[in-house]
Amino acid sequence: MTQPTSDGRDPLVVVSGLNKHYGDLHVLKDINLTVGRGEVVVVLGPSGSGKSTLCRTINRLETFEDGSITIDGKPLPQEGKSLAELRADVGMVFQSFNLFAHKTILDNVTLGPIKVRKMDKKKAEELAQQLLQRVGVEKQANKYPAQLSGGQQQRVAIARSLAMQPKVMLFDEPTSALDPEMINEVLDVMSGLAKEGMTMIVVTHEMGFARRAADRVVFMADGEILEDATPEEFFNNPRTDRAKDFLSKILTH
Amino acid sequence: MSTLFDQFSFWSAFWMTIKLTLGAAVGSLILGTIVAVLRLSPVPMLRFLGTSYVNIFRNTPLTLIILASNLVLWAKLGVVMANSKSPDFFNTNNFRLAVLGLTVYHASYVCEALRSGVNTIPLGQAEAARSIGLTFGQSLKEVILPQAFRGAVVPLGNTLIALTKNTTVAVTIGVAEMAAMLAKVTEDDPGLLNQAFVLTALAFVVLTLPVGLAVSWLGKRLAVKR
Ligand SMILES: Nc1ncnc2c1ncn2[C@@H]1O[C@H](COP(=O)(O)OP(=O)(O)OP(=O)(O)O)[C@@H](O)[C@H]1O
Ligand SMILES: [Mg+2]
Repeated sequence: MTQPTSDGRDPLVVVSGLNKHYGDLHVLKDINLTVGRGEVVVVLGPSGSGKSTLCRTINRLETFEDGSITIDGKPLPQEGKSLAELRADVGMVFQSFNLFAHKTILDNVTLGPIKVRKMDKKKAEELAQQLLQRVGVEKQANKYPAQLSGGQQQRVAIARSLAMQPKVMLFDEPTSALDPEMINEVLDVMSGLAKEGMTMIVVTHEMGFARRAADRVVFMADGEILEDATPEEFFNNPRTDRAKDFLSKILTH
Repeated sequence: MSTLFDQFSFWSAFWMTIKLTLGAAVGSLILGTIVAVLRLSPVPMLRFLGTSYVNIFRNTPLTLIILASNLVLWAKLGVVMANSKSPDFFNTNNFRLAVLGLTVYHASYVCEALRSGVNTIPLGQAEAARSIGLTFGQSLKEVILPQAFRGAVVPLGNTLIALTKNTTVAVTIGVAEMAAMLAKVTEDDPGLLNQAFVLTALAFVVLTLPVGLAVSWLGKRLAVKR
């Protein structure tokens, strides 16, 4: 189970034999996926193929029936305190940002470090300032989320995740709710993280990002992983008809 | 008019009404929050407890609850809420039983007001809280309840106004509040009744009108911008 990934990395996220249903709908069908430390995996696929569900299941925001998920060798525990601890190691960035609406930007970023990591307030604020600077929103620290643009909010959400010093970060369509002119400011931050060696699983429709930043592309349709390849392989020689069809629709826009 | 104040202790009745209101407001805010937390809990048994509480106490007439606090809790079960050797035992005991009854009844409304506040919060807030590793309790305390209270200012205010007026039910167990004073006037000096009724109504308006105004102002000011 802890064999290195194909390119010799140490496996960090291992999903094996994962199955999940919503009632009669079989959303995730026997998913096997290993993400190595420092690897960036982009998940592509048509709407409704189960990409979000996969991300949410890895973070245990959703339950699953069958199979196992381990993070850094540790299996996902049942609901409770140990699950909360494990979640702290898995960062998640949502399509709709989900910044805490009643807290300032600074407090959004310091909440986790103070409450979960038990960092003292002053240290947490220094860390938060550093991270806000890194994502380029340090000037907004004392504002509330609703006072920021979507792109700024999403960068704060990334900083909030980073403040937990996660082992892996999940991104579920982080730029889909943004106006076009704000997409790049978020993708730039993500590319920076990828270069610095953050382990990332990214659901996105941004093909440019997938080509540039991904080590691997995983293509899903109808709850199954149909392809798992390097970006060059996938974009130049997709093997399945579903993937060819998907690419022809995306790339003609 | 002066007899109303001298002989029938208008002011002390007014003060008693205020004390009942404040006591039960604090009590029902605490108890109602606990019941709301039960209803939000991921544990089915706790949710069932919370739901049952609301269904039972919201659907029981307040008069029945107040009477029961005296006739059942105290008289039958011997629950004593004051020092039984004190010369003021009956007054204190009945006052506390009334606060208890009012608390238990209005907690169900506080719970429902809070739940309506919770419904103003997008699901993503709780998910974000969980995803940074907060436990269920921490998510409630740091993220959900603060936003729920802000979203529930208006229904909570309405509950406070209803509670203020509902304190008059305490007359049934002999608490010397405004309605008890009116009953005494009716018996002892019916000539004063018109005055007494008008002044009592005015007293309640004085208590509740500012609450209504404050609530609509606060409701706007505290609303969480999304
Ligand atoms: N809570 C839920 N209850 C029932 N069905 C759900 C639920 N969430 C998602 N589904 C269904 O599961 C399937 C997969 O959904 P999912 O959101 O994972 O797809 P996706 O690949 O992320 O799609 P998109 O690109 O539109 O975001 C869809 O058919 C969806 O309707
Ligand atoms: Mg999705």
